[in-house]
Amino acid sequence: MNRFIAFVKKEFFHILRDRRMLLILFGLPLVQVLLFGFALTNEIKNARIAILDNDKSQHSQQITAKLLASGYFQLRENLRSNTDIERAFRRGLIKLAVVFPAGFTADFEHGRNAQIQLLADATEQNTAISLTNYASAIIRDYTTDLNPTSQPPMVIDVRSRMVFNPELKGAFVFVPGVMAMVLLLVSALMTSVTIARERETGTLEVLMVSPLSQGQILLGKVVPYLLLSFLNGCIIIALGVFALNVPLNGSLALLLAETLLFIFLALSIGIFISSVVETQLVAMFASLMAMLLPTIFLSGFIFPIESMPKPLQIVSNIIPAKYFIAIVKGIMIKGAGLRYLWQPTLVLVGMSLFFTVLSLRNLKPRLS
Amino acid sequence: MDAIIIENVSKSYGEALAVADVSLSIRVGELFGLIGPDGAGKTTLFKILVTLLLPDAGRATVVGRDVVRDYKDLRQRVGYMPGRFSLYPDLSVQENLAFFATVFGTTIRQNYHLIQEIYSQLEPFKNRRAGQLSGGMKQKLALCCALIHKPEVLFLDEPTTGVDAVSRKEFWDMLRKLNERGLTTLVSTPYMDEADRCDRIAFMQTGRVLAVDQPSVITNRFRKPLFAVRAADTYRLIQDLRQAPFTESCYSFGEFLHLTVRSGGVTDLQIGQYLLDKNHRNIEIQPIQPGIEDTFMALMNQPEPTA
Amino acid sequence: MGKAVITNQLTKKFGDFVATNAITFDVEQGEIFGFLGANGAGKTTAMRMLCGLLKPSSGQASVAGFDVYRQSEKIKQNIGYMSQRFSLYEDLTVRENIRFYGGIYGLRRAEIPAKTDQILAKLGIESVANSLVAALPLGWKQKLAFSVALLHEPKIVFLDEPTGGVDPITRRQFWDLIYEAAHQGTTVFVTTHYMDEAEYCNRVSIMVDGRMKALDTPAGLKTAYGVDSMDAVFQILARGTSTK
Repeated sequence: MNRFIAFVKKEFFHILRDRRMLLILFGLPLVQVLLFGFALTNEIKNARIAILDNDKSQHSQQITAKLLASGYFQLRENLRSNTDIERAFRRGLIKLAVVFPAGFTADFEHGRNAQIQLLADATEQNTAISLTNYASAIIRDYTTDLNPTSQPPMVIDVRSRMVFNPELKGAFVFVPGVMAMVLLLVSALMTSVTIARERETGTLEVLMVSPLSQGQILLGKVVPYLLLSFLNGCIIIALGVFALNVPLNGSLALLLAETLLFIFLALSIGIFISSVVETQLVAMFASLMAMLLPTIFLSGFIFPIESMPKPLQIVSNIIPAKYFIAIVKGIMIKGAGLRYLWQPTLVLVGMSLFFTVLSLRNLKPRLS
Repeated sequence: MDAIIIENVSKSYGEALAVADVSLSIRVGELFGLIGPDGAGKTTLFKILVTLLLPDAGRATVVGRDVVRDYKDLRQRVGYMPGRFSLYPDLSVQENLAFFATVFGTTIRQNYHLIQEIYSQLEPFKNRRAGQLSGGMKQKLALCCALIHKPEVLFLDEPTTGVDAVSRKEFWDMLRKLNERGLTTLVSTPYMDEADRCDRIAFMQTGRVLAVDQPSVITNRFRKPLFAVRAADTYRLIQDLRQAPFTESCYSFGEFLHLTVRSGGVTDLQIGQYLLDKNHRNIEIQPIQPGIEDTFMALMNQPEPTA
Repeated sequence: MGKAVITNQLTKKFGDFVATNAITFDVEQGEIFGFLGANGAGKTTAMRMLCGLLKPSSGQASVAGFDVYRQSEKIKQNIGYMSQRFSLYEDLTVRENIRFYGGIYGLRRAEIPAKTDQILAKLGIESVANSLVAALPLGWKQKLAFSVALLHEPKIVFLDEPTGGVDPITRRQFWDLIYEAAHQGTTVFVTTHYMDEAEYCNRVSIMVDGRMKALDTPAGLKTAYGVDSMDAVFQILARGTSTK
């Protein structure tokens, strides 16, 4: 026990004395969460739009006012003709143009097929889709507010309907993703790098030629990172809830338990990596290539899995973060319990067991 | 019984044969030197003896324990200092020592008497990070860390490589003192001039042991006549001597050249005449006794036993 | 024949720590100049200043006729440098390494193949011309690194512990190359931990705690200190400083 405490203490010395390490450990999660939460959201604020009002009626002005009051849109200019639209788009002044045709009010009030044309700058595809979605929703709201009883006389086909995240809030999507990424990074990358470092300095040899068993050495290396990762997980959850207003609809205890499970999995992957690489540099690259990039691109963190090509969808099934993200979203946003989340949880448990067994089998009392 | 017994041990990495059929015994209380250049197989042999590597063939025991079967027991009993001083550069002198003491289930206080003499030199810097110590100091700290658990046999793999001549000398003085207290020590080194500090030495080259004996005895294996030669223009002297009909080999040795001649019949007078004919000035020639390095080089040049 | 290196009160401080303390010495063209000292005596710092890699804190120095403050780029073009860690790319072949460094040092494309063959023949390593450097024995790498450092026929070549870890014969073969380069007029500036190698130098300097404690021929130093080997001279001068 004494040995174990000495080992953990030593490991904390390493971490606390290495500024870069500290920065990665605690600066990174903070920056990531805030960066993804605030700056890189696919949420839209104050998008510049132009209005071409050929109707100049009360309705058209009220709809315009409602659009601008939403906070999503900001009026850049009022246009006079169709040619102005093209000019405005070309010069990149606006993201969206709203066109009220002449006779709009007449059609609208007589229940005919009244049309509003939404033109979006599709060079930014995602933004365009979001903008048209927002605008259509606001316009539809207007009609329902106006005639709560009657059928909406305006024909604007709004196909998309957002569940759970009606305003496409970015933080809801990114917080679980960042959590998965940071935990993987800290747990897997740090453990594999720190074990590789002992190998490089030759201290691992000395430890091996000591009464300590390989298992004890590993445990001593891993426990500090388990604690730190868990602390990190808590920080990210707190940041998400308090700074980014992500709801926590489900059980906090369950969320923490799942976080611990995921950390355990990440650590076992880290140990596995360290057992097959020789140097810190290789450990770093292996962790980044094998874990970070797939987590970013294939876990559904940034790109929806449904829109990936089939082969990549299949590959995404072996990405641990995919399951963790699903679990975190489930607990935080949907308020789901273990009854709904047992499947991804089971996958994580299975993966943990797999890598733990694999690492233990790689444990040899000797070099090479 | 001998402290270390190595019987026909071989080890290769893929195609490369690192240790080729080595047999050696090191007596209890001996300060034994394994001498040879990089790539001679010294480190591999060390790793087999400290239970870090399995031999492909042969067997070895350390203090009566088999290095393969009894590795757990053995690890309590040996002190090992690998090639590069394996210290934690971001831990202080004291923290390094305390950590290794705890790992081996002891404390600095308990075994302080073992390291006192060496550690007292480090004590003024005990709060300095190990990474900021000079080479000589790192070497001393690493030695303390290897000694702190009172090992029965000490394995030091190239402890003096890259360390300046003064620190090297001090280090050997320390090893001699430890040895006088009865500690069996196996040291490897690429520096030939350190051979004289050992009780017995083994020459290693490309995985083989070329010779084993006391340093003073081993030089007797050098059979050909040897001369130290000096003249005003060293560069031209080497060229001319190498082309001389009587020359077996000619190498620089400090301020002299060491000339080995083919047969016993060649005298210093003949050599002198040859050099005079080549217009050399300030010629000095004297027959000398071979040293460790002469012997090693002569043994290296022998045709290898057929594999 | 001018001086290859001239220094006057050359000093380098890192904060309060004086790594190199007002050293003054000259090195003749074509000389083999031994630069000795204990670990941490300031050798590496001094050498880096002379190679134009580090700006001195004070004092003057010129290398191959160029000022270390103002003409460090000129210096780099006129010196060769080989460190104990070599300078060769392990994952390139022998031929590729020579070609690469030939290009770096501004050799004309047409010259390189002839130069390459010349080096291979001199070192007797034609058989491994297309092998990766990583596969070569240490001694061969050292000799190749030295030859590469001489590719552009520099006026002076700096060797930082060039012979660590090799067998005594290979070590001497390396010194044969040094003698040959010096014989052809290249100045050789060399550090070493082997005291017998100090004897091979025309003159030897010994650094202690940032200062140059001695500078003379090996024979002169031995006479001055009344001992019979450079090792003994070194022990006398450097003693008591290794525990700083």
